[in-house]
Amino acid sequence: MSSDVILSIKDLKVNYGGIEAVKGISFDVRQGEIVTLIGANGAGKSSTLRAIAGIVKAASGSVEYAGDVITGKSPSAIVQRGITMAPEGRKIFPDLTVEENLKIGAYTRSDDLTADLAWVYELFPRLKERSWQAGGTLSGGEQQMLAVGRALMAKPKVMMLDEPSLGLAPLIVKNIFEIIKTINENGVTVLLVEQNANMALKVAHRAYVLETGRITKSGTGSELLADEAIKEAYLGKQK
Amino acid sequence: MLTEKKDKTGLFIGAVCLAVLYVFLILLDNVIPQNSFTLLLVPVLKKGAIYSLVCVSMNLLNGFTGLFSLGQAGFMMLGGYAYAIFSIPKDQHAAVYQYFDGGLIQFSIPEALSNVLGESAGAIIGSIICIMIAGIVAAAFAALIGIPVLRLKSDYLAIATLGFAEILRAIFQWSGLGPITNGSNLLRKYTSLSAIKIGSLKLATFFPFFIAGISIALIVLLINSSYGRAFKAIRDDEIAAEAMGINLFRHKMLSFVISSFFAGVGGALLAMFQTTIQATPFKSAMTYELLLIVVIGGIGSISGSCIGAFLFIACNEWWLRFLDNGSFMGMSVPFFRDGFRKVVFSVIIMVIVLFFSKGIMGDREISFAGLARRIRGSKPSGGKEAPAK
Repeated sequence: MSSDVILSIKDLKVNYGGIEAVKGISFDVRQGEIVTLIGANGAGKSSTLRAIAGIVKAASGSVEYAGDVITGKSPSAIVQRGITMAPEGRKIFPDLTVEENLKIGAYTRSDDLTADLAWVYELFPRLKERSWQAGGTLSGGEQQMLAVGRALMAKPKVMMLDEPSLGLAPLIVKNIFEIIKTINENGVTVLLVEQNANMALKVAHRAYVLETGRITKSGTGSELLADEAIKEAYLGKQK
Repeated sequence: MLTEKKDKTGLFIGAVCLAVLYVFLILLDNVIPQNSFTLLLVPVLKKGAIYSLVCVSMNLLNGFTGLFSLGQAGFMMLGGYAYAIFSIPKDQHAAVYQYFDGGLIQFSIPEALSNVLGESAGAIIGSIICIMIAGIVAAAFAALIGIPVLRLKSDYLAIATLGFAEILRAIFQWSGLGPITNGSNLLRKYTSLSAIKIGSLKLATFFPFFIAGISIALIVLLINSSYGRAFKAIRDDEIAAEAMGINLFRHKMLSFVISSFFAGVGGALLAMFQTTIQATPFKSAMTYELLLIVVIGGIGSISGSCIGAFLFIACNEWWLRFLDNGSFMGMSVPFFRDGFRKVVFSVIIMVIVLFFSKGIMGDREISFAGLARRIRGSKPSGGKEAPAK
């Protein structure tokens, strides 16, 4: 793992109608890492991702990607530079077929998609079986696979995943996280937002804990897994 | 819709159906003798083709891009007026614009071309140019009002576009614009469908089908392109579409402008069909009629819109006319009187909305490839509705 920073967030603030959802956070994501932001509901995790993707405007602070400031750029410009997002709640296009959903993911590209389509189908054989089905007819787990596959189609350098485990059965969650690892091993940097701290910390190289809009802790995945306070707050201290 | 593979048989059947339809229309104009049946059939066919085009254009916006816009009648009016204004012959200006000193625009494109190319070629090429102008005028207005209006969502967009159409209608009737729009008076004497002929070969019914056919084919191509996919993505989920890098505003604008262009083309054809044009009929009621057809046909189905348009026009102008006459098969029925047709029509609409809430076609399409497969499979059932395209 190289240590060059690909994504650097500096003092980022995000407001929603006067309410500060993110109150000035700074963190780095290095090339080839899986970094996770964990935290409870309303901690500002999703807002952070949306601000990086350009869907919400940052109130102040900056996002630097590969040395350039991308704050204030349009979402399409950001996708073109190689940052994609699988949004919270999957948000697949229910009336489009699975294949159309995947092609939409590559909307900003104009080159040949065959190889990437084949790769996504290799990662998610279920999607290949259902490539002509409407996205809305898939099960929750399959929809999440589709959302991840769709984000991959843009050939991202950084992929952001917003709560991929939301509302899924534990077995499927495990499956999805395995695939996230595989994707990362193929050279895609992953920024993962999760409430399921246990799973997230297990796959992540590094992690940040977000509480009411501020970063309260950071460390490697295994460090935080062993942290007593984290265990109590997010993992359910049983042992 | 599901089989993306090019089925040559399907394409062949489609082409043959279209050719048969076009030959039939030409025969209808020239060879088949006029009787009480064709006198009813021909106008229904012409108007049905025009409404098909307008409804497909509305479906592009409402059904495929998910923008609930109610300005279609306004754009049709723009197109109709633009067509008429540029095709009124010079020597008729004094008569048409009698209250406005013969009007401002003192040339006619079909007439000018007729002087060069001969009468029939001039009329055909000239009217096609005027139809293009009609579309461009409607599209230009759409681009202008799209800038503020397309930032609105759902119901608010509908209200704003509806308001725009109504304001436009009022402005067109204002006497201050009289030298161009003839105020609240009729525009007439322009090149109508009956002037479309090659020598003695009349093309009055063929022409609207021809223009509508090309236009609908272009819309279908657009919907099946990557732009069309982006439109559908915006319809399904705006936030996700934005996250995929689709520029929401640009694509909404594109859909709005293209839809308005074809509404303008439809308006021009309607002006040709009616032989006179005035702003009054282009009320919100007309938009509701179009919306009704789109809903009955199936939101998100091109062939549905076409079938819906022909059915609606046929019911409205032909099949349900007997309800207004007071007699049915020779018997006089006390219920039947003027306006009763509208009552029955409303009941039919209610039944459709209650029991076929997705419309006749849902979001499916009639495909000639599917037809070909079915014929090869078992029964040689006809594609009666297929010529709607």
